Amino acid sequence: MQLTGAEIITRVLMEQGVDRVFGYPGGAALNVYDALYQCSDKITHYLTAHEQGASHAADGYARATGKTGVVFATSGPGATNLVTGIATAYMDSVPMVAITCNVSTNLVGCDSFQEVYIAGITLSITKHNFAVQSVEELADTLRRAFQIAQSGRKGPVLVDIPKDITAALCEYTPKEAVVPTMPKTRDCDWEAIAQIINQAERPFIYFGGGVKLSGANNELRELVEKADIPAAYSLMAAGVLGYGEKNNLGLIGMHGCFTANKAASKCDVLLAIGARFSDRVALNTKKFADGAKIIHIDIDASEINKNVAVYNAVIGDVKDVLTKLLPYVKKTEHTQWQQEIAQWKAKDYIPKDSDTQLKPHQIMKVMCDNSPSSAIYATDVGQHQMWAAQFIEHLDANCFLTSGGLGTMGYGYGAAIGACVGTDKKRQVVHITSDGSFHMNMNEACTAVSYNLPIITVIFNNDALGMVHQWQGVFYGKRYAQSEPGRKTDYVKVAEGFGALGFRCTNIKEFEQAFKTAQKSGKPCWIECVIDRNEKVLPMIPAGGTVKDTMIV
Amino acid sequence: MDEKQQYLILLVENNTGVLTRISSLFCQRGFNIDSLNVSTTDNPNISRITIVTHGDDRKFRQILGQTEKLIETKTIFALEPSFSLLRELLLLKLDTTVDGGLTGAAALAEKYGASIIDHSIGTVVLEYTGTPDEIDALLEDAKQLKISELCRTGVTAMERGKTSYMVD
Repeated sequence: MQLTGAEIITRVLMEQGVDRVFGYPGGAALNVYDALYQCSDKITHYLTAHEQGASHAADGYARATGKTGVVFATSGPGATNLVTGIATAYMDSVPMVAITCNVSTNLVGCDSFQEVYIAGITLSITKHNFAVQSVEELADTLRRAFQIAQSGRKGPVLVDIPKDITAALCEYTPKEAVVPTMPKTRDCDWEAIAQIINQAERPFIYFGGGVKLSGANNELRELVEKADIPAAYSLMAAGVLGYGEKNNLGLIGMHGCFTANKAASKCDVLLAIGARFSDRVALNTKKFADGAKIIHIDIDASEINKNVAVYNAVIGDVKDVLTKLLPYVKKTEHTQWQQEIAQWKAKDYIPKDSDTQLKPHQIMKVMCDNSPSSAIYATDVGQHQMWAAQFIEHLDANCFLTSGGLGTMGYGYGAAIGACVGTDKKRQVVHITSDGSFHMNMNEACTAVSYNLPIITVIFNNDALGMVHQWQGVFYGKRYAQSEPGRKTDYVKVAEGFGALGFRCTNIKEFEQAFKTAQKSGKPCWIECVIDRNEKVLPMIPAGGTVKDTMIV
Repeated sequence: MDEKQQYLILLVENNTGVLTRISSLFCQRGFNIDSLNVSTTDNPNISRITIVTHGDDRKFRQILGQTEKLIETKTIFALEPSFSLLRELLLLKLDTTVDGGLTGAAALAEKYGASIIDHSIGTVVLEYTGTPDEIDALLEDAKQLKISELCRTGVTAMERGKTSYMVD
């Protein structure tokens, strides 16, 4: 049948099973929005305050549901506003399809109104991108975009479509949804790899977001339990193993547990699973696990030996690799190694409680204790993000949404909106933020209110750009350049102004009460938590350091 | 780390923008491209690229891995120069108005087996194909004459013997 390009877009989305999208209309996108209007019974479009919010919403939707997030924007500024969101998704391997409209073909390249070369701009922050040249190639290009976004190491794909192509007519033939392809695990000597693990006296696992993306939580748990291997997670893998599980040592890296970092430095075999030795984990690439044989399991061959030289590598989807490896791994116990670890655990940093002052770890604990384990937490970036990663005790997999690679302040609200939409408002969504990050994208409150999304925003207000402040305090002689903004924002009033509920609390009892009230309200709520400006994220290893440089004050 | 000349062969989808994508990757990782040569192949959907760059082995392996990951990359491999045929084309315009200019040009052409492909008033143009070293040698000799313009294509290269890669 003959359809317009815009109609073809909506049909292909339906083919792919897309029923929720995020975005913002504009001149070049008028045809597309008209087509979306006409199929609004099949595809619900969520309008955000800003395209950046829409891109983070598509990202949060994808992380929370495992489906591909879809975001629309118009040409020019609409498209450039997506850039941060696309880069965020790229760094964390999140499947996303961004559809931007551009000026008509005859205006492309003429510095036309609201024209940018978005395919060029997003070249290095997308897994791939397309500038559609004709309506005939539109449907298959979109299908290929979905295929690429979901296959192998996942990531964002951008499709840029000139306005005249969205109006042009073309024959449309429906097709089935694309099936993502997983690269075949490369051949390797499973026995030899298992032997290294079986012979280890002090084995250790460092796992990352690849475990989550592959859905290999159970396989990882089986390996950890069967071979009795202590394990620590990168920020991207919080929630993959339960907080209290015997061999889960906690977060590794710059703000990781002392025990996790110590174990990494003392182990004789280190298994890196779905992780990429980022500079927040392998702070000193020469000294990271320098006494260990490192075995790296990852889907992306280009990650092998990128940051840290490894002894052996298995390239493949984590779930498939672990399934193949497990039968060769012997059931064993490492009593002596576990005893050593237990001694380090006694030295782990434990923050002190307070009744009078709000303490970050207590806020996290109260939040968890009063939330179902299925609750989803979306964070912004900075101190509160690290506290969340350290102290949220009840986390299911895919319940911790955070910008790990890019470190995007302002990610959280959009992500929370996407997660709330993606889970049909059936799961509690908490947005953990700070006065710094929240000021970046608090405008998305209007989105939460418009769609009545009961997101609880917890604002850690230390009247400082906390992480910058902390570094300036430690490394820059307390010269707090531009990190004490002295803002006078009245969060309760602003919340109310947006049509949300606002609370302010200064001690843990008030917080507990406010949190419970927010939960019962079923509305978007903001809870401002006043905390001390000098609260630090501890422990801390300075950039380039090792566990020997751990700071706890 | 030892920096050395590295030769890369890529077979890529013949699409708009594919070259930008590849050069952008090199640029981001601080690799300067010494020369780059692109042409379509017997399959019109596939282009062949020869890139000459320099850098240490570790960084080179990384850029190789990252380039391999590009959706439009079909095949990529590094060439071992000693098992490969490296060729470059030179066009050299010499000024013949100077004393002995014309005889010098003719002698140079004869010495290297280069062809004179244009003979205009005051200039001749030599065409020469050879290895990069041979071209360097010719140009060294040409310094005794008056060079008015020159261009070289950059290296295009192929392995000797049986083709070791496959493209669907």
